[in-house]
Amino acid sequence: MNVANENGKQAQRKAAMTVLAHSEAAEIARRLDSIVVPAYEILREPENGLVMLRGRIGGDGAPFNLGEATVSRAAVRLATGEVGFGYVLGRDRRKAQMIALCDALVQSHEFAEAVEENVLTPLRATMVSEQDRRAAETAATRVDFYTMVRGEG
Amino acid sequence: MYVAVKGGERAIENAHRLLAHERRGDRDVPELSLAQISGQLSLGVDRVMTEGSLYDRELAALALKQARGDMIEAIFLVRAFRATLPRFGATEPVDTGQMQVRRRISSTFKDVPGGQILGPTFDYTHRLLDPQLAETSLPEPPAAAEASNATMPRVTDILGRDGLIEPSPRADAGSPVGDLTREPLGFPADRDLRLQNLARADEGFLLALGYSTQRGYGRSHPFAGEIRLGEVEVEFMAEDVGFAVPLGAVTLTECQMINQFKGSATEAPCFTRGYGLAFGHSERKTMSMALVDRSLRARELDEEIVAPAQDEEFVMSHSDNVQATGFVEHLKLPHYVDFQSELGLLRKLRKEFLDAAADTSEPMQEAAE
Repeated sequence: MNVANENGKQAQRKAAMTVLAHSEAAEIARRLDSIVVPAYEILREPENGLVMLRGRIGGDGAPFNLGEATVSRAAVRLATGEVGFGYVLGRDRRKAQMIALCDALVQSHEFAEAVEENVLTPLRATMVSEQDRRAAETAATRVDFYTMVRGEG
Repeated sequence: MYVAVKGGERAIENAHRLLAHERRGDRDVPELSLAQISGQLSLGVDRVMTEGSLYDRELAALALKQARGDMIEAIFLVRAFRATLPRFGATEPVDTGQMQVRRRISSTFKDVPGGQILGPTFDYTHRLLDPQLAETSLPEPPAAAEASNATMPRVTDILGRDGLIEPSPRADAGSPVGDLTREPLGFPADRDLRLQNLARADEGFLLALGYSTQRGYGRSHPFAGEIRLGEVEVEFMAEDVGFAVPLGAVTLTECQMINQFKGSATEAPCFTRGYGLAFGHSERKTMSMALVDRSLRARELDEEIVAPAQDEEFVMSHSDNVQATGFVEHLKLPHYVDFQSELGLLRKLRKEFLDAAADTSEPMQEAAE
């Protein structure tokens, strides 16, 4: 039961991180401004670094190193003890810190609902509509083959 | 000789000032913004990211601007930048099968499941210069159609189900993934190291080598099984968090080449494969990479090594354009002392030669007298 709970919580945090990583920093900031954010301390000063991006040989085989990517990371702790982590592609340290804050809020009984409703839900809607727009534009370039009917005789 | 090296600070400073001035171009023309470079010269930015071996659009755009459009100079700048940051670790291997596809074509199956999707391509354009682009242009918004939720399996996965193509090599849990940015290159090199080398290799070099295999120098009978472009999610196993955290998505291009089949007394014949993967929209690069990946498997597949594209030491030692340009361009730096010593030696040798010639011609002179 506890394990299931733990896994459920982890899936929820990952889902939140995905939405936040896909969102513009300014949008996250705007959404965060709309809720009451509790006091928190910075556990890890936001910093820039690199990760080595890995691919797989043939797409599904053994891993290989493709090349690096810039990332930012940060960690915060709410006064109530929840520790949040922010990891995101790019060099926007402020974004990493906002993700860390949201991750902490998602884990808090008191604030989880507010952050889901006022931050994650609207950001998810933007992300999904952007993906849908791209998918629709892409679909219009799908080739419909037809066979020319040859004349008989 | 040291005196000669000491001078020039003032000249260097003024040369760099002149460079900045020239880079800006006509000051009555608006300056390029990084957003313009990233958005409107996006394939150039993709190439700088791929060969700079650093996924960061904004930095690649900055590098292109600073380098005045010189790709290799921009790639050099990006490589130098990456050395200034700490590495947090390696990501989970990306799953290109789960790509949000923006282009996907196969030259081997017309009716490939998921369909042929052209996406934003130069293919089928007439390659005629468009005078409208010389003016301010406002293109039509893209067409839209209903997207299907059908999965888009890789063509190689479909062939693999029937055993018609060799499977990809399995991960060996015991051996770490080779990393040429951490250990010096050694030969023979495994395929993971070769692919890392090819991923950051000069596109022109790989294009020429790939072309050479098509023309008969290490022929491998390739078909473009599939090329796909799109966004792939990246996850990073962060120890402090305790699970693989999503970092966002990167744009990748992947090419699966299907090559001549092979079999033996113990194994049924099946197609072999070559693989290409690169940052951004890098189609020519990934196609060339897949051709060269396949030709470099000559040793593994017991093929006779007769051509440059099959020689891993030759290919891997000369594929990096930052290393190559460093060694070629260092020739323009002061070699005054080296050259003076060569000059001194040459003068001595010429004097000896002329003296010897004078000695042997003396008897003849006497005879003539």
